[in-house]
Amino acid sequence: MSKRGTEILVGLFVLLGIAALVFLALRAANLSSFNGGETYTLTAKFDNIGGLKVRSPVRSAGVTVGRVTSISLDPKTYQGVARLDITKGVQFPADSSARILTSGLLGDQYVGLEAGGDEKMFAPGDTIRSTQSAVVLESLISQFLFNKAADAGGPNSAPAGGAAPAPAPSGVKK
Amino acid sequence: MITDWIAALGRHALGMLRALGHHAFFFWELLRTLPVSLRRPRFAIAQVHALGNLSLLVILSSGLAVGFVLALQTYYALATYGAADSVGLVVNLSLVRELGPVVTALLFAGRAGTSLTAEIGLMKAGEQLAAMELMAVDPKSRVLAPRFVGGIVAMPILALLFSAVGILGAYVVAVLLIGLDAGNFWAIMESGVDVRRDLGNGIIKSIVFGVICSFVAVYQGYEAKATPEGVARATTRTVVISSLTVLAMDFVLTALMFSTR
Repeated sequence: MSKRGTEILVGLFVLLGIAALVFLALRAANLSSFNGGETYTLTAKFDNIGGLKVRSPVRSAGVTVGRVTSISLDPKTYQGVARLDITKGVQFPADSSARILTSGLLGDQYVGLEAGGDEKMFAPGDTIRSTQSAVVLESLISQFLFNKAADAGGPNSAPAGGAAPAPAPSGVKK
Repeated sequence: MITDWIAALGRHALGMLRALGHHAFFFWELLRTLPVSLRRPRFAIAQVHALGNLSLLVILSSGLAVGFVLALQTYYALATYGAADSVGLVVNLSLVRELGPVVTALLFAGRAGTSLTAEIGLMKAGEQLAAMELMAVDPKSRVLAPRFVGGIVAMPILALLFSAVGILGAYVVAVLLIGLDAGNFWAIMESGVDVRRDLGNGIIKSIVFGVICSFVAVYQGYEAKATPEGVARATTRTVVISSLTVLAMDFVLTALMFSTR
């Protein structure tokens, strides 16, 4: 085979490889959907972050608007601190609430942002004050059992109020 | 009696060290001749053609077959959990992270590594390498280095093609034959695969495997006994050593790359 023919064939081979790379990166991986871009940071403190992971999505109304960039423990309040990177173009009212939700029955957990009605918007670096923790199956079950026992045995057999922490909104926090 | 045994052990250990040192020096020599041989890239290009283009058929057909089978098997397993839509994700992750680089490297060792070893071994048996040295042409930079470079260039491209074709094969089985939803197939795959962590690490793996396969093939060819039997032995050894090294290295790389933080 002539030298030129070989070079053309090798060029085609390399092009084929680049095409495969582009296919894998754009069609079969998440380069196109959310690759950072311009973001700003919000912080949210949860009593229990459940199965939330770094890189978990942040969604509002089901639309992915950001990612969890780091998770740490606040050494004073013993709360889980999640830093969220939100896409620059999306602004949320300053009384918006964050919840940890699960996609599907056994799916991954994500942070759901629910927009509030305040006219002031979150500035970069702000903390979301109204948060709701992840639902922990064990506490749900124990709460259910305590309620059952309270219903069946009257006030003497069950501690008033129930000892199990309920996955209720943890209210306003500083 | 016991000293004999200890001496045998020592001899064995020294032999292994000597072999390791020999490999290292050979590798260093090869790297040293690289700039000289890259000044005339047409030799390397011809080798990319011989090692890459001509391996396309076996790599692409294996990739397609692996994609087919992987999609079928993961579908049967996942359907029992009602997660059949994740077939694409599982196939993609296993191809891009593991099967693409590893299976391509094993096939590459069999298809291209053996031809390298046999070619160089026969050149040595025919005293062509010695003739080159007589003409003051360094056989390392004229014969070995272009083949080494060609293998390193061809291997990642082949691994990428293997993964891409495998995913297309999984698409054919999962969407066209089984009838899963095409949108879910691509969307779940896209959300679960990270470009840097999964694809990037897969490419790094395939480059490392390319270096291993090409180096082993070139070394075995150059160090082969200059007899028909010696060349045959060297060719066999190329396949065995490259395959085992690739598998061992794959474990090390996987442990380094995908360790849970």
